[in-house]
Amino acid sequence: MAIETIPAPPVEAPSDELDLVARAKAGDSAAFSALINRYEGKIFRLAMNITQNREDAEDVLQEAFFKAFEHIDQFQGNSKFYTWIVRIAVNQALMKLRKRKSDRTVSLDEQIDTGEDMVVREVAAWDPDPEERFSREEMSQILSDAIDDLTPIYRTVFTLRDVDGLSTEETAEALDLTVPAVKSRLLRARLQLRDKLNRFFKRKGDDAFAYM
Amino acid sequence: MLTCKEFLSELSDYLDEKTSLELREKLQRHITECPNCWVICDTTKKTIQVYKGMQSCTIPDDVHARLMAAVERKMAATKKTE
Repeated sequence: MAIETIPAPPVEAPSDELDLVARAKAGDSAAFSALINRYEGKIFRLAMNITQNREDAEDVLQEAFFKAFEHIDQFQGNSKFYTWIVRIAVNQALMKLRKRKSDRTVSLDEQIDTGEDMVVREVAAWDPDPEERFSREEMSQILSDAIDDLTPIYRTVFTLRDVDGLSTEETAEALDLTVPAVKSRLLRARLQLRDKLNRFFKRKGDDAFAYM
Repeated sequence: MLTCKEFLSELSDYLDEKTSLELREKLQRHITECPNCWVICDTTKKTIQVYKGMQSCTIPDDVHARLMAAVERKMAATKKTE
């Protein structure tokens, strides 16, 4: 899945969002379509992150917006619409995984923390602007390959928190995790990504600490 | 002085500036004295920065078209039953 490295838009809910939600609640289908257009890309990416299957991800995307449409009157408006729709989509994605694995116990967080993933394999300094060594396409590929390599829970926590810019509390709410659980998964995800990017970004032909 | 393990466990909060002032000072003292942790801190910060600039994926056109068609059918069916 190609990821563009264009600066992301501001993460705050746009001021017209409350208006869109209110109109959608009142049955305005154009307003609901506008909400879909705003979040479908992120929800599709989230569904791909969890199911790792395009067909399942598309089903999840449709089911999530169906559910949102059916239950929009239950959306209280005390959290962002995005957090609410993420939560619905995560539940739909987990149901897909359960069906696929015919296992009722599947959870996004089934990985057992052994502490192994906290190990930093290599300590080497990077260039001040490591991304300048690569073209935009190469960077895009490097970043998406590295993130695709993470387990679904780490990928999801990292994407919501560091790419989409949700707060730790919002991420916890969206994923039905505790705040400490989000924090520990985020730390591990960040360290694993750092480790994966290290081979591309470390200073070449230089002692790691030569310039310190 | 903090151990490297203790530093690492607080790294996320340190980078997010979510620690208490007292802990922040301890962490800062640790990285001035521990080159390895300084590098880990610096490179993890850069990792977050390079991903921060990532745009949300644009949805494939066919997936978008099928979603909108499905939602429109759903909306039409709901209106009929009202």
